[in-house]
Amino acid sequence: MNARAKFLVGGALVLGTAGYLMASSISETAQYYLTPGELATKVAADPGFVETGVKVGARVVSGSIKRTPGGREVAFDMTDGTRSYPVVYRGLIPDTFTDSVDVVVEGRLGKDGTFRATVLLAKCASRYENAPDKEKYKNTKGYQQAKPSKVT
Amino acid sequence: MILVGELSLWIALVMAVWATVASYAGGRLRRGELVLSGERGIYASAGFTVLASAGLLTALVTHDFSLKYVASYTSANLPTVYTIAAFWGGQSGSLLFWALVLGIYSVIAVMSNRTSNREMMPWVTGTLGVVLTFFLAVCAFGSNPFERLDWIPPDGRGMNPQLQNPGMAIHPPNLYLGYVATAVPFAFAVGALIARKLDAEWLGAVRRWALVSWFFLTIGITLGMWWAYVELGWGGYWAWDPVENASLLPWLTGTAFLHSIMVQEKRGMLRKWNVMLVIGTFLLAILGTFLTRSGIVQSVHAFAQSPVGQWFSGFLVLATIASVILVATRLQDMQPQAELESLVSREAAFLYNNLLFVGIAFSVLWGTLFPVLSEAVKGSKITVGPPFFNSVNIPLGLLLFVLTGVGPLIAWRRASLANLRRQFTGPVVFGLAFGAALLIAGMRDGYALVAYTIAAFVTGTIAQEFWKGIGARQKMYGDSFLQASVRLVARNRRRYGGYIVHAGMTMVFAAFAGLAFRKEFDLTLRPGETFAAKDAWGREWRFTSLGLSRYEQLNRQVVALNLQVTRDGKSVDNIVTEKRQHVDSQGNPTFEPSTEVGIQYDAKGDTYVVLAGVSPGERAEVRITFNPLVIWVWLGGGVMALGGLIVMWPPAMRRRTQAGYATALEPEAVAATLA
Repeated sequence: MNARAKFLVGGALVLGTAGYLMASSISETAQYYLTPGELATKVAADPGFVETGVKVGARVVSGSIKRTPGGREVAFDMTDGTRSYPVVYRGLIPDTFTDSVDVVVEGRLGKDGTFRATVLLAKCASRYENAPDKEKYKNTKGYQQAKPSKVT
Repeated sequence: MILVGELSLWIALVMAVWATVASYAGGRLRRGELVLSGERGIYASAGFTVLASAGLLTALVTHDFSLKYVASYTSANLPTVYTIAAFWGGQSGSLLFWALVLGIYSVIAVMSNRTSNREMMPWVTGTLGVVLTFFLAVCAFGSNPFERLDWIPPDGRGMNPQLQNPGMAIHPPNLYLGYVATAVPFAFAVGALIARKLDAEWLGAVRRWALVSWFFLTIGITLGMWWAYVELGWGGYWAWDPVENASLLPWLTGTAFLHSIMVQEKRGMLRKWNVMLVIGTFLLAILGTFLTRSGIVQSVHAFAQSPVGQWFSGFLVLATIASVILVATRLQDMQPQAELESLVSREAAFLYNNLLFVGIAFSVLWGTLFPVLSEAVKGSKITVGPPFFNSVNIPLGLLLFVLTGVGPLIAWRRASLANLRRQFTGPVVFGLAFGAALLIAGMRDGYALVAYTIAAFVTGTIAQEFWKGIGARQKMYGDSFLQASVRLVARNRRRYGGYIVHAGMTMVFAAFAGLAFRKEFDLTLRPGETFAAKDAWGREWRFTSLGLSRYEQLNRQVVALNLQVTRDGKSVDNIVTEKRQHVDSQGNPTFEPSTEVGIQYDAKGDTYVVLAGVSPGERAEVRITFNPLVIWVWLGGGVMALGGLIVMWPPAMRRRTQAGYATALEPEAVAATLA
């Protein structure tokens, strides 16, 4: 066997191992990433789906946040507009978590219909991007309409 | 000035289009004056991009809140350094920054090749023009930083407090400098392919640019990890988030290229592979930008969804198709000039190195895109988490780590038994002894034991190389130890700079392995209460709460917890952790409260304290983490960057004599290096 063939065999071994590791760990760590509506559909189709670890992306219902003093535990409702679920989370609450932000929670939906989250991630898309709210400032002293400008 | 900037953006775009058209036409028709005009188009486009950037900076610094960009990212009371950093802190500004860097790089690349590589330069210039056109067009049409609001807010939104951190001010520009630098080797690869000048010549032009890219990506990634560590408060620095992966991907393939380029230089092999790596690295950099800007994958670092994502996906698809066609039609020009002779050779070590780098890159890409792929194939989004990345990449990374020690010492072509024995006996014995010592000392984590054994082996190989080199200089020239070490590195920059990079990588790996020994405690402390715990080294820590204090500072209101700390009974510096509420210039709260982590840095491990909140009765809710060896990630990253700098530095004139001297001393080693 020449060196090239030997190298190819070795390479195949390395890539094969990598492929095996990828395939096996995907089946171990893969999680459904659902919206509340999709979660409801899954549960309706298969009642055993409760207590399965899933990730859910949703929006926090404004005004639903109930923080336990101390900042270790929080309860809130999440929704995607079609279905909403109450969520309980214990752990460090991210700085960006607040009303109406998009969150990603990881955990299980309990039989009582409450989602018990072990991971809570809050996204801050709107916070990075939005210009100040015009309405909020309309009645303040410094408010002025921009001069019409030809250049946009 | 702002108006000038806005107009300049449009002129820069027109100039970039001209540079592209003129260069390609000039190359095709072999018309010198068109080629020259194309090069001037690049200069002009870059010049006007500088003006556009100056315009945006003026708007930021003078707080012109009629610009949407300025109003969205800054406020009147934002510290100046962050006001300037807002230039690259948001979507459209960062795109302009990208174009700016690309413009400057292009000018340097074109100017430094005025008299060299003339056959391929029209195509190189034209390709740089294409990329520049793309970014300026995205700026002008997709996400214009000069967009105006229809009213003038009295104050801006302010910058997200998590971005108000020195690391965050310099991390993005470094990443962009690295990302953008991948465009220059890409342009050279395309130029060499079109002109069919695929000998080693184009590699020479490309190597330094690949190093520039690698250098800035290394710094950028390290700073990003550091920022995540000190600012986000979860105690780690790498979460396999898509945005992090996006920066890692071009680094992986770029590093692979820096190794495989040596195989082509010395042996004329891997010619197709190198072209593909260069092109792949650029495409991954674009893909990374696309992923982070389009919102297509879930990431904590969310930019708002914007049409910019479509621009990038379109460009990515076109660039990929064009590259594939170009490479496919030029395959016969890239036949290898030599065959692999033995599996026990430096070529083979580099081949496996490349295989592993690309394998790791592929698995990272796969994991990052998995939700998108599974949705396309099975109709439901399935995500994979950190366990996936860890279980694949730890074994592959450790294999790669072994090669870090093997590659530089093993002979080219075919290593003799004598070569192996002479080079590896010491380091292998040292590595095994070190691993055994750790086992006896009570370390039981399998991966960590393997990692530290390899780390000791690699350290042994590097130390041995320096030892031999320094000893030879001392004997030959009578230099002192210090003189000999400095001159050794200064006169063989590529070789010893590379070793320094490897030493830095070893530190980083050692720190990664330390993650196995993290300890985390959640607790509540009343003023005066004490908490005691032992870290992984068995050191006894005691934390006594001195109570909470509340005060106002600059643009924020602060609640601070002060902890008095002792280690093994000796008093050390207090640790302070804060909750901050940022306010705008009119005293209104902006953003949610943010956490300021209290960190005590230590070579053996950091003590990391987060104030989670305050319960009634002034009870502070605290998380305390012992993070072993974390500091070595930053130090290792710094050492790697330093090594990269040494390798990049323009060569000294005396290198030839140096090689001659070494031949006399170590004929075999030199023959190996020169072969």
